[in-house]
Amino acid sequence: MPVNNKKLNLKDKYQYLTRDMAWEPSYQKKEDIFPNESFEGIKITDWSQWEDPFRLTMDAYWKYQAEKEKKLYAIFDAFAQNNGHQNISDARYVNALKLFLSGVSPLEHAAYQGYARVGRDFSGAGARVACQMQAIDELRHSQTQQHAMSHYNKHFNGLHDAAHMHDRVWFLSVPKSFFDDARTAGPFEFLTAISFSFEYVLTNLLFVPFMSGAAYNGDMATVTFGFSAQSDEARHMTLGLEVIKFILEQHEDNVPIVQRWIDKWFWRGFRLLSLVGMMMDYMLPNKVMSWAEAWEVYYEQNGGALFKDLERYGIRPPKYQDIANDAKHHVSHQAWSTFYQYGHATNFHTWMPEKDELDWLSQKYPDTFDKYYRARFEHWTKEHTEGRRFYNNTLPQLCQVCQIPTIFTEKDDPTMLSHRQIEHEGERFHFCSDGCCDIFKDEPEKYVQAWLPVHQIYQGNCDGGDVETVVSKYYHINIGQDNFEYIGSPDHQRWLSIKGKQPDAKAGGANQDAA
Amino acid sequence: MTIEIKTNSVEPIRQTFGHIARRFGDKPASRYQEASYDLEAKTNFHYRPLWDSEHGLNDPTRTAIRMEDWYAVTDPRQFYYGAYVGNRAKMQEAAETSFGFCEKRNLLGRLPEEMQTLLLRLLVPLRHVELGANMNNSKVAGDVPATTVSQLHIYQAMDRLGIGQYLSRIALMIDGSSGKGLDESKGYWMDDALWQPMRKLVEDSLVVQDWFELTLLQNVLMDGLLYPLVYEKVDQWLGENGAEDVSMLTEFMRDWYKESLRWTNAMMKVVAGESEANLALLQSWVDDWEPRIYDALKPLAQATSGVDALDDIRAQLATRLNKFGLHSQGVSA
Repeated sequence: MPVNNKKLNLKDKYQYLTRDMAWEPSYQKKEDIFPNESFEGIKITDWSQWEDPFRLTMDAYWKYQAEKEKKLYAIFDAFAQNNGHQNISDARYVNALKLFLSGVSPLEHAAYQGYARVGRDFSGAGARVACQMQAIDELRHSQTQQHAMSHYNKHFNGLHDAAHMHDRVWFLSVPKSFFDDARTAGPFEFLTAISFSFEYVLTNLLFVPFMSGAAYNGDMATVTFGFSAQSDEARHMTLGLEVIKFILEQHEDNVPIVQRWIDKWFWRGFRLLSLVGMMMDYMLPNKVMSWAEAWEVYYEQNGGALFKDLERYGIRPPKYQDIANDAKHHVSHQAWSTFYQYGHATNFHTWMPEKDELDWLSQKYPDTFDKYYRARFEHWTKEHTEGRRFYNNTLPQLCQVCQIPTIFTEKDDPTMLSHRQIEHEGERFHFCSDGCCDIFKDEPEKYVQAWLPVHQIYQGNCDGGDVETVVSKYYHINIGQDNFEYIGSPDHQRWLSIKGKQPDAKAGGANQDAA
Repeated sequence: MTIEIKTNSVEPIRQTFGHIARRFGDKPASRYQEASYDLEAKTNFHYRPLWDSEHGLNDPTRTAIRMEDWYAVTDPRQFYYGAYVGNRAKMQEAAETSFGFCEKRNLLGRLPEEMQTLLLRLLVPLRHVELGANMNNSKVAGDVPATTVSQLHIYQAMDRLGIGQYLSRIALMIDGSSGKGLDESKGYWMDDALWQPMRKLVEDSLVVQDWFELTLLQNVLMDGLLYPLVYEKVDQWLGENGAEDVSMLTEFMRDWYKESLRWTNAMMKVVAGESEANLALLQSWVDDWEPRIYDALKPLAQATSGVDALDDIRAQLATRLNKFGLHSQGVSA
């Protein structure tokens, strides 16, 4: 063959090495090969317009990823060999890891499964390949997180049964239902939910706070994982942006559908992030930044610029964004208050902030903390000191959509609980907000199915009627080890002994009884 | 002399995660174990899929095969992600050396034009078969709940994409990286009578719903005939006809196939051995697909190493299937 032809540029060459391997089928109908592509109403007129968000052939992928893995596992080995868990800032920090391993790592696995499926669903081969690469990356994250935390599990409580708990524990139904919602949706909504809303808009508010928390608190294993996953995450974010632009450019009829999804997934993401907010403000002994600051930088500024950019497609910022922006002054305090009260039913410990931490919160939240929250926290500290550590023994009302107890307050009245209810086919449903209520109204047939942990306990579907049985038998939370107050817990005592100190006299196990 | 560094030894409170300890006891676990067992959600799913109202998420009834515990299927290679990419990085390094060697000396560009056309017509179109295999394995990875089984298939999916890319690069070496060779080769795939039974077979596989049927037909039956035919028999035939250099460029595929036999055999043994019902179902799928695959490969065999070579391979596959208690028409061949 004459070889004086013009050589392919990188972009075209990559297309030959990916999407050009696909062909127009003629022995089977296209809609039978790709049955899930059309039911959401998204119109794709020309898949060839898909811009590959990154160009990585498999040989290069294997090579780069293997180099990263080699370095990562060398650190894991060194961390374990040198008992790196002894060098963290304080054992309270490990509770953030417990939340991560039971709340976030299972989502990495769900993401793997979701991307493997959509990596088959699209008739555009370029999009399929990008999704498959994300699938195997997510599997990587799911597995390396197990390995990063494996050593902690040998020395602290509450990390021992994350996947089991993720399927059952009351607050873990918040992240689980979020991903179940995305995975049960069609392929385009899945990508709008996870690639765009989650990875592109909100990653800096989920993944980054945990990894920065690790860096600030001497957790070499987790922060090394974070650095190692950074270039994967960059690829995932690029995919997220390409997805949304591609769908919007394909057909104007797609715009209202995508807008509805952006509204929904922004709100669901915002609610899910309440857990991260409380982690940042309350669970990190060395604090990175306040939740309000993180929200300002990563959502209000970065997100603001993004939605300005998307304006030309007819996309406006997410509905109820103003409520979310205002809530940055409240959510972390409201969430921590709730977990503090229900610390007998969590796989991590809770505690009241110490004096200097309360001062930090007052300074970071000048308009709200002293006015609405500090007095309550000081009261609880006093109660604890006097031998009456507060636990709430009634089960809370959950929101039908986000599944968080209806603990949040009205935008213009922080002393008024936000609560909405509607009747649907003769049954009454409860919500934490207009945002969640709207999501329900759009797809009631989906959200009536929700597995609400509190309802399930009351219906006797969780191995027992009383909280103690549910917590120990159904959740696999070891009572007196994994749960209750941090002060005086086995983790606390172990930490004091690592640091060569005597256990605190005021911290008796005797005060640990929730009943 | 030995020197001894004093370390601060700390007694762990447990050796591994609870879900690993329940299977293997509370003792130090391997990285493969902690990365592969019981990570997926199993119960209390919130919503039914809009795209398949018949099944739930992570629903074990997405295949008609029944297993007491799908985690009985494991990977003899013990691949978790890190081990997988580490292994493939080494394999690609060797492949890169061969491709670099061929490229530097323009070994394919110097082949007679008839031989170049033969390669574009008979070898390179297999990149499309690889893409079909990529799609099928991605579907399986998305459908299987158990991680030991599911991860086998996402690795397999990415491997097939990689192999398709290696085959494409053979054409790029022939056409001087212009893409013309790939265009020509795709034309054969679309229109040449030799490829139409194969293209139909691949398209038929893309509408199979049952994921175990799909892994059986793709990774055991189709690969079981195609890989030995193409990368042994056709490879030998190409060598005899003056294109022995191509062998260097398909070494990856030979090594890869040999390695993949380890897990496909392990999987088949466990699944077929589980119950008579499984065995009967597998047999019905073998009866359905094996002859179709054989027929689809026949034109390629006729044009190259001959039908006898294909029959040899068919008999080998039959012997392999016999070990799982299955039978195919290859026995009599």
